[in-house]
Amino acid sequence: MGILLNIIYLIATVTFIVGLKMLGHPETAKKGNLIAAAGMGLAIVGTVFVHEQQVPPLIYILIAAAILIGSLIGWLIAIKVEMTKMPELVSLFNGFGGASAALIGLVEYSKNVNNITQSTTIVSGIIIGAITFSGSLIAWGKLNGSLKSVVRIPYYNIINNLVIIGIVIFAAFMVATGVDSQLLLYTFLASGLIYGILFVLPIGGADMPVVISLLNSLTGIAAAITGILYNNMVMLVGGILVGSAGIILTVAMCRAMNRTLGSVIFGAFGGAATAVGENKALGSIKSTNPSDAAIMMNYANQVVIVPGYGLAVAQAQHVIHELEELLTKKGVNVKYAIHPVAGRMPGHMNVLLAESNVEYNMLVEMEDINPQFSNTDIVLVVGANDVVNPAAHNNPASPIYGMPILDVENAKHIIVNKRSMNAGYAGIENELFYNSKTSMLFGDAKAALTDLVAELKNM
Amino acid sequence: MMNEILEFIGNNLQITYILILAIFVGVEVIKSIPAVLHTPLMSGANALSGVVIVGAILVMLHADPTDYVALSLGFVAVVLGVLNVVGGFAVTDRMLQMFKRKK
Repeated sequence: MGILLNIIYLIATVTFIVGLKMLGHPETAKKGNLIAAAGMGLAIVGTVFVHEQQVPPLIYILIAAAILIGSLIGWLIAIKVEMTKMPELVSLFNGFGGASAALIGLVEYSKNVNNITQSTTIVSGIIIGAITFSGSLIAWGKLNGSLKSVVRIPYYNIINNLVIIGIVIFAAFMVATGVDSQLLLYTFLASGLIYGILFVLPIGGADMPVVISLLNSLTGIAAAITGILYNNMVMLVGGILVGSAGIILTVAMCRAMNRTLGSVIFGAFGGAATAVGENKALGSIKSTNPSDAAIMMNYANQVVIVPGYGLAVAQAQHVIHELEELLTKKGVNVKYAIHPVAGRMPGHMNVLLAESNVEYNMLVEMEDINPQFSNTDIVLVVGANDVVNPAAHNNPASPIYGMPILDVENAKHIIVNKRSMNAGYAGIENELFYNSKTSMLFGDAKAALTDLVAELKNM
Repeated sequence: MMNEILEFIGNNLQITYILILAIFVGVEVIKSIPAVLHTPLMSGANALSGVVIVGAILVMLHADPTDYVALSLGFVAVVLGVLNVVGGFAVTDRMLQMFKRKK
């Protein structure tokens, strides 16, 4: 390999590290993303042009066509997608990356059957790529609603474990014997695809972000493995960066939801068994209307808004921003309380609110807002449920017991906007709704908030 | 199995070092990131994992022009890899565009 190409790869690798680092700070994130993108562009151009190989023009044309097609489709999807659909898009793109890794392995397999190191990397690349691809597609389907239910075949944990053990034995067999059989190779690929489906299918929609993050990390590992195969440093370092970053992110998400990675994968949320016997002492609920709610807010000193995914589903981000501006103008101190897993992914709610021009510094994270609730006159909960459920503090039997929540029950008054009394994503009752300080403002988030804004304007 | 692992490490000492160091760099770079940026970060990291595109291009460059299977698999691999890269970076940029501060 030429020294120039290696220098190009070195520069690209540095841009990845710097870019990723800059992505971690609000002021530099945008620039960091562009720097990493530039590095990637450099690596791609370098790979295509900087080498001493004789390559027929046809192949150059094919490469150019493939890059053009991929860029065009990727660009179009990226600029068209709604921001509420972000998590499933990340999942879809991630699946494509995994598929790419698996395809590379398919081509390289027969050329390297006699080299144990190479064939080990190829076989691992194929299997990880295949699992990521089918798993990401299932996650994508679950998040966009085309795959609604949680499918659990009996003994799915045992079956999944047996399948993965079978795959490992299969892989070891292929590497050890060095068989050059296309039939075996494609059967192997299929077993990876099947495992990906089996792996994600039993996991509930609420846990999907964790799964996507995990699969994202796996794609990184697949890229790194392919890097070992080609002795290519930019793939190796880039892939490992994503792999380790993805795992940190996955663990952070699990922690925010008070789940362990094990319980996400092996499914501890029974669902049916949890709510039994909880209903008896909850008391009665009190409902309110937009005009009363508007009066209360108008005379409050401090209002804290707790947005949840229900807000995004109702497309009410813009109305809530209008409400917040209106209250600020009336001299009310308004803040948004952001739970780490508000929305569908950590930070998703921030993106959604930023989209409707909410100022970044009005968003307060959980640890910072919790001590402030006792000084808060009104908390307005819109489309959030589990993240404000006091059962996390005081009901050891609850599946969310121990999960860090927003302590809204410390506020003087709580207004909860919900469509109905249905339970939240985790499927459990919320005693906050029965609290004597709580008033329920029933209705679609967008409609209810629009009414609220109209009432406030008349005051 | 153990022997093979030891043999791999022996033969690829540099790669092993780079691998281990890169794992630590990844952890350190991500460690202190505020939750608000987790989604853009995940999206950006996802774009980076598209670096596998480099391998897909290598497959095509090394392919025999008459080997249609390798060429078509490589072609699809390049398309998917580019999709991951371009889509990933573009959507991350779009997300970050929305983070504005008070002027």
